[in-house]
Formats: sequence, C-alpha cells, structure tokens
Amino acid sequence: MTTTLTAPPTTASGLDVAQGRARRAARRRTVLLLLVALLVIAFATTLMVGNTFYTPSEVVRVLVGQDVPGASFTVGTLRLPRAVLGVLAGFAFGLAGVTFQTMLRNPLASPDIIGISSGASAAAVIGIVVLGLGSTQVSILAVVGGLGVALAVYGLSATRGGVAGTRLILVGIGVAAMLDSVTSYVLSRASEWDLQDAMRWLAGSLNGARWGQILPLVVALAVLGPLLLAQARNLAALQLGDDTAAALGVRVGATRLLLVVAAVGLVAFATAATGPIAFVAFLAGPIAARIVGPGGSLLLPAALVGALLVVAADLVGQFAFDTRFPVGVVTGVLGAPYLVYLIVRTHRSGGSL
Amino acid sequence: MTTDHQLTVDHLTLGYGDRTVVTDLQVDVPPGRITAIVGANACGKSTLLRSMSRLLAPRAGQVLLDGKDVHRMPAKQLARTLGLLPQSPVAPEGIAVADLVGRGRHPHQRILSRWSHDDDVAVAAALDATGTAELADRPVDELSGGQRQRVWIAMVLAQQTDLLLLDEPTTFLDVAHQVEVLDLLADLNAARGTTVVMVLHDLNLAARYADHLIALADGRVHAAGAPGDVLTEETVRAVFDLESRVIVDPTSGTPLMLPVGRHHAVARL
Repeated sequence: MTTTLTAPPTTASGLDVAQGRARRAARRRTVLLLLVALLVIAFATTLMVGNTFYTPSEVVRVLVGQDVPGASFTVGTLRLPRAVLGVLAGFAFGLAGVTFQTMLRNPLASPDIIGISSGASAAAVIGIVVLGLGSTQVSILAVVGGLGVALAVYGLSATRGGVAGTRLILVGIGVAAMLDSVTSYVLSRASEWDLQDAMRWLAGSLNGARWGQILPLVVALAVLGPLLLAQARNLAALQLGDDTAAALGVRVGATRLLLVVAAVGLVAFATAATGPIAFVAFLAGPIAARIVGPGGSLLLPAALVGALLVVAADLVGQFAFDTRFPVGVVTGVLGAPYLVYLIVRTHRSGGSL
Repeated sequence: MTTDHQLTVDHLTLGYGDRTVVTDLQVDVPPGRITAIVGANACGKSTLLRSMSRLLAPRAGQVLLDGKDVHRMPAKQLARTLGLLPQSPVAPEGIAVADLVGRGRHPHQRILSRWSHDDDVAVAAALDATGTAELADRPVDELSGGQRQRVWIAMVLAQQTDLLLLDEPTTFLDVAHQVEVLDLLADLNAARGTTVVMVLHDLNLAARYADHLIALADGRVHAAGAPGDVLTEETVRAVFDLESRVIVDPTSGTPLMLPVGRHHAVARL
C-alpha cells in the first residue's frame, strides 16, 4: 500500500499511449483478417461441395457469368443464393446480437434469448399461414412483430428505477416461450406444410433460398448495418453505465432507441428470410469478444463470426451426417450448452461481455 | 488553464416519480475552487449532482453554466466543459487502463473521426496526473480499489473539462486511499484551476479539502460557506440529528467533528 502512495511519478507521453493502443489493435486486425479468410473459405466450400463436386475454376466461371453445363444451375441457382443468404443472415444476427448484449451489458440479453426473434418468427408464420402474405409484406410484419415484442418486454421489465438487466432477460425468456408456442400452434394447423418448411420457422434454415427472399435482407443490411457501425463509439460509452455515458455527452435515450430499432430491424428481416437461426445472435458476440480481446468495438467482429457460424453450421448440417439437418438445428446444438454455462456463471458473478 | 466558468443552481426543484427530493434550491459554485456537498443519506446530494450534470431534468428552476441552461445545451458541448464521475461506473470486462481512459475522449470525437494525436496526448496527460501511467496496459479488473478509482478519475480528466463533478469518489476506499484520491483532486485544482464539486460522506475530510462546504438537509441548503463557518455543532445537529463536538483539526486547522453517541462520552470537551 505504501508503494502506491509514494511511488515515484512515472510519466507517459502521447507516443507511449499511441504505441500501446497500436499493440492492442494489432491482434484485432489479425483476427479480423483471419475471420474474413475463414468466411471466404466457408463460402467457397458451400459453392463447391454438394451431390456433385465442382472445382474452384468451374465455380469461378459460373460466378463471372459463363455458361458451364450443370454447374450453372447447381452453383448459380441453388448453392449461390444459399451461401449468400447464409452470410447476410449471419451478419444481421451477429450485429443485432452484439448490439443488444453490449447495450444492456449482459450476454444473455441477445434478441434470440429475450423473445425478439421469436416475435419476428411468430409474426412471419402468421403472415404466411394465416394471412397468406407475400415475402415483402412478411418481412414488414416480422419487423413489426419484433419491435412489438421488444417494446412489450421492455415495458414489462421496467420498474420505477429503470430497467434491470436480469428482470428484462427473465421476462424475455418467458415471452419467447409463449411466442414459440404460438409459432408451433400455427404451424400445426397448416397441415400442408412439410417438416422442412416447419423447421425454418422453429429453428431456422437456408433450404430453398431464392434471390427474391434475399433482396429485403440486402436492403435492410445496407441501411441498418452502417447505421449501427456508426454508433460504435456511443455504444462504447454506454458500456460504462448510463450515467457515465450521459456525462460523456451521449444522448442515452435517443441512442438507445436508435440502437434497438436498428438491431430489431436486422433480426426481423433476417428472421423473415431464414427463420430464427438458433443462437447465432447469442453466440456471435461472446465468441468475437473472446477472440479479438477487450477494448475495441465488437460490431464488425461479431458480424463476421455470425456469418461464419451460419455458413459453417449449414455445411455441417448438410454433409456431416446421413440425414440433412437445417442450419438452426446445428447452431442450436452449439448454443444450448453455452446458454446453460452462461446462466450458471452469471448467477455466480454478474458478468458482461 | 484557468477557468472562470460559473455554475449556478437557480430555484431548482428535483424529484423522482411523485417524490420531491430537492426543493427550490439556490447554489453558487465558486469557480476554480473545491466545493464539497455534505448531508445525511437521501438528503438529495447525489440527485443535485446528477441534475447539475444534466443527468436529471429539473421539475422547476434551472442549472446555469455561464448563464446558459445546461439542460438546453448540446450534450457533447456540455461534456467538453463539465465532467462527471458517477457513483458506480462500469468497466467493461478485460479492458486495458489506457483504453478505458481513452473513452473519456468521447465528447471530443465525431462519429467517424479517427483517433487523433490530441487524443493520445490527453490520455497520456490524464495517466500522468493520476499516477497511473505504469498501469496503462493492465486490465482494469486486476487493479485494487484505490488504483481503479484513480483510473476512473483519469478517464474524466481525459475529457479535459474545466469543471469536475464527483459523486462520492472515496466510497469503498480505505482511509489511505481516500486521502490519496482527495490529494489528487486538490493537486488538480491547484495545478490547473479545475473547479471541483464533490459529494462526500466524511465531514472531516470534506472540511479539510473543500474551500466551500454546502450542507444539505431535506432537499434544502442548510448552510453554505467556508468549512470553518459551516461545520458547527449546530449544523451537525440540524443536518444529521446528531450531538457532536467540533474542535480544531490539529493537522490542518480546519474543523474536526467528533460524534457524541449514547455511550462512551466520558468528558465534555
């Protein structure tokens, strides 16, 4: 103790600080590059592997628009939309998940745990089965469903002193369970649906991906993605607590509203396209946090991890077993043990990302 | 850096829900000095500090900085003049000291602007001023309570504000670290003329370190002025409902309050 009181004053210069920052940022750059490389590999594998194997050169020729017998249909029409949808949905889930987890300072507060994905999914299923809507209308309905659930969960967990994290998560888990049963009920009434289609809305799937399905998600990502990335600094300030953030000049209420709407929008559009791919939003942030280390923004790393999770899990689901499983089944198997681990750990310590 | 920013609280009424905490308050913060706000639990000390830094909107009245209502100022502009260290800030898991201190640069950065040389210099200066330079690369969660509090103060210093508001900066610290933190604030005040306003629990340390003492009772100012005038047996009785003796602190010459309980009072001083 005496040492801290009488320690000789050491000095730091701007240069020292810059060097330390550069050292800590080096790992982040490496990890980001590695993630991009892995994602490219997984994407390419999705295009090459299947009932028929196509060589990289055949795949490239299809991609640049040449007509390759057989490959043009299989790669261009079947595999490419599937891979693109996987990447985009992964981006959307990863970004939205880490936004919620960072903003609410709790890894359990991801949109797929607190019912927002379930809300979007239930709304989409009702839109398709009960109302017979087209894909754009389904997307809009999913956004409305997601926002409605976000609002309801927030309202139900608000107390006089603000919103307590644990309370919000418990309310959200309850609401999610309720909405999942709504989805199951509506699906069970639609007898003409086969298991594959039903699985999409229960666990998420990339089966039968078409460009028409992908377009709304592309637009959502193009608008909401940059919006979220631009909020990285405000999000970093919010991590220090609402009071600290406000004292640093963040308009807490407005920023939070923007973040919630953008994140819910991403989840809802992705869910409308692929169903609620289980636990991707929940897993992407914590995995990104482990591998890039603390300090920097997790938005971009989590988006990449999300995309990698979806594409890799889809490969596993399609080809690792005798039966083909939808991607959500694979991510569900990955995510569930982590959820249990987190609940046990959070119960002991509190904890954040 | 000299400051002559005038922070004034004018007919301020504050509350949460249907509970009024502070009523019709008048406070003048002397520029370039250290002001301590003292009072019993739930008397409105922290509430007042929150409102002075626009975290809580007033029911009535105004908080004026150089004559302008802080609740109408752009958030970042205010944050470049007035910094606040709240009672329990949250350090993200695993964050390095220098990175946490760097978050104090937020009001000086724009959404997409790059990290600048000025930012690095400000962080270095804040680390130096708080004696935390050698901790720069360490994770905040590994530090002791006293070190951590110095790091948080460094974060507020990196904000480079002329006014510094601190909500109980010495809570949870042992007596040595309390003195260490208060010495640090006194250094800053002396070296840079930073106006310091802090809520403190310890009356004797408040009387020793503050130039200006404000005693709140039930959401009103009971007394304000030089510690020697404010910290009296009468004030302690009115504000804390406690009998006490106030003597002269032999080390500093400031008032020293000794509580009189129902036990162990052997002699009337």
